[in-house]
Amino acid sequence: MKNFIQLKKNLKKDFTDLRDIKVALLGDTATQFLKQALKGLGHDYGIHLNIWEADFNQIERQVLDPSSELYAFEPEIVILFQSSHKLLSKYNKTTSDQHLSFAENQINAIEDLYANITDNIKAEIIYYNYPEIDDSVFGNYANKAESSFLFQLRKLNYELMLLAAKKPSLFLCDLSSIQNQIGKASLFNPSVYINTEMVLGIDALPQIAARTISIINGLKGKIKKCLILDLDNTTWGGIIGDDGIENIEVGSLGIGKAFSEFQQWVKKLKNRGIIIAVCSKNTESVAKEPFEKHPEMVLRLEDISVFVANWENKADNIRQIQQILNIGFDSMVFLDDNPFERNIVRENLPDVLVPELPEDPANYLEYLYGLNLFETTSFSGEDAKRTKLYQIEAERVKAHKKFTNEDDFLKNLAMTSKVEPFTPFNTPRIAQLSQRSNQFNLRTVRYSESDVEQMANSEDYATFSFTLEDRFGDNGLICAIILQKEDPKTWFIDTWFMSCRVLKRGMENFVLNTIVTFAKENNFDFLKGEYIPTPKNKLVENHYKDLGFEYQKPYYILDVNEYADKKSHITKQETK
Amino acid sequence: MSRNEVLKEINEIFIDTLDNQEIVLDESTQAADIDQWDSLMHVLLVDAMEKHFDIRFKSGEIQNWKNVGEIIDSIDQKSNN
Repeated sequence: MKNFIQLKKNLKKDFTDLRDIKVALLGDTATQFLKQALKGLGHDYGIHLNIWEADFNQIERQVLDPSSELYAFEPEIVILFQSSHKLLSKYNKTTSDQHLSFAENQINAIEDLYANITDNIKAEIIYYNYPEIDDSVFGNYANKAESSFLFQLRKLNYELMLLAAKKPSLFLCDLSSIQNQIGKASLFNPSVYINTEMVLGIDALPQIAARTISIINGLKGKIKKCLILDLDNTTWGGIIGDDGIENIEVGSLGIGKAFSEFQQWVKKLKNRGIIIAVCSKNTESVAKEPFEKHPEMVLRLEDISVFVANWENKADNIRQIQQILNIGFDSMVFLDDNPFERNIVRENLPDVLVPELPEDPANYLEYLYGLNLFETTSFSGEDAKRTKLYQIEAERVKAHKKFTNEDDFLKNLAMTSKVEPFTPFNTPRIAQLSQRSNQFNLRTVRYSESDVEQMANSEDYATFSFTLEDRFGDNGLICAIILQKEDPKTWFIDTWFMSCRVLKRGMENFVLNTIVTFAKENNFDFLKGEYIPTPKNKLVENHYKDLGFEYQKPYYILDVNEYADKKSHITKQETK
Repeated sequence: MSRNEVLKEINEIFIDTLDNQEIVLDESTQAADIDQWDSLMHVLLVDAMEKHFDIRFKSGEIQNWKNVGEIIDSIDQKSNN
């Protein structure tokens, strides 16, 4: 990781072609270095953080005044940094009878800030939680004394998590966890604090900036979705082909413990919705054996979405995995103990993230924890099912091969779709797809849960969500449409995105049939579509043209009165 | 280490930290003589010098140096102990 001086040098680089993100930064201590670290590191991530920095200690003034510079700037992201030091000095100034309710009062004030910001502008809020300061007034007894500062600070951090769980636009940046990792001596430098009113140590800035930017990237849809594992000496100790199943190291003995714990971590990621793939230089049957038969293996074949074991080069194999999964290379992480393989993949697929695993497997986990690879800004029940979905996709690919005729294949799938407006139940999944869909996404406007909620309740919008089920299984919610009333005759298709795992099923036709019917029933004449190109959505470049829309630069128009329903093998599920 | 050697090393630190190849320090150089040397940059310079010489300045010293010569005094004093 670059140090702060190196990040600062980035500030002189050219930001013109980078994606512009408007960020407001407000702190109760001086934030100039944090601003420079964020902006400098942003350059390395290919984004231009256009940061407006509030004057020192102006949080309340800026947030509570609707005509403030903060709101005039119209940021997409608001970063609020209230420091543990200011918290402590507030605590010191309150009378002891108020110490018991100190955290509660603080959390109410923070909730108030949140409410004010979200009432005034549409922005996501990043709030730093509080790294611990133990003022040692009570010693260990602070843990038993509810009125102690330590007790109240920890309570406040807990309350912040509860608040964030409730508020869709509130994201916590875990400064406290960073302090646990790098130590208080690095996070906080007393002499810098005394001389500048800055509380963050210079050596801690790059890490804090990285954690902050990973939230911003997550909000903008840049997240890791897939973990690709090498097997020998990465997933277990030893070489399966040479050592045999009885001799590989996994389990409670010796270094086996390191691999077991590593596998448990991978399993948790899988349960969170990260796709797990295997890419190994091995004979396939030999490589699969431990997954099937070794009693101490934590990972089993059902945890792996795509299993590639052969003697080809790993870059080609990862290309193959990418094709099956249909996700970007930049959303993949590849773990391999062998520096040679790592370099081949890095050279050929520069977008794939390839961490420099430590030599000693005992250090794998701590190293990987520190990288914070799998940031996310949403989590829904669907995530946990993803592995199954991709496995089913692999079965479908096999079934497809048996039918020479596309129509027969689709008919045979017996597809049904549940069509519903946005509801509180599907809102998290829709917001998540909005963040994640890159390829089949016509305008790539990202919406948060609160945006989705607002549109669902607005008269000016009509919203549709689609599921897709077939005889192999349920794909869940895979497509969303947002129509915006442009005039009494025209619906503008504000959003049309679809999960790529249901491509080539005729879903597009079914969706269009559905919204044309809706438009006709409500006496509208036109649907108006728009394609906004991004580096990733070339797939749908001709989407509207192919569906019969007429191009009227830069929009595509469809007269619904002249529309005849398109062929589709999907039937609508009746809703009760 | 002689004062001159310390001066040379500090000069390198200034060039790197302030990202300005043209800085030439002598003992009488003051903050006002160098554009980028403001109070914020001062913090980074102090941090870089502390790391380089493996010493810790006192908060009082950091705010009271009048010129580069006095910085060298502080470093000298700490490295000799």
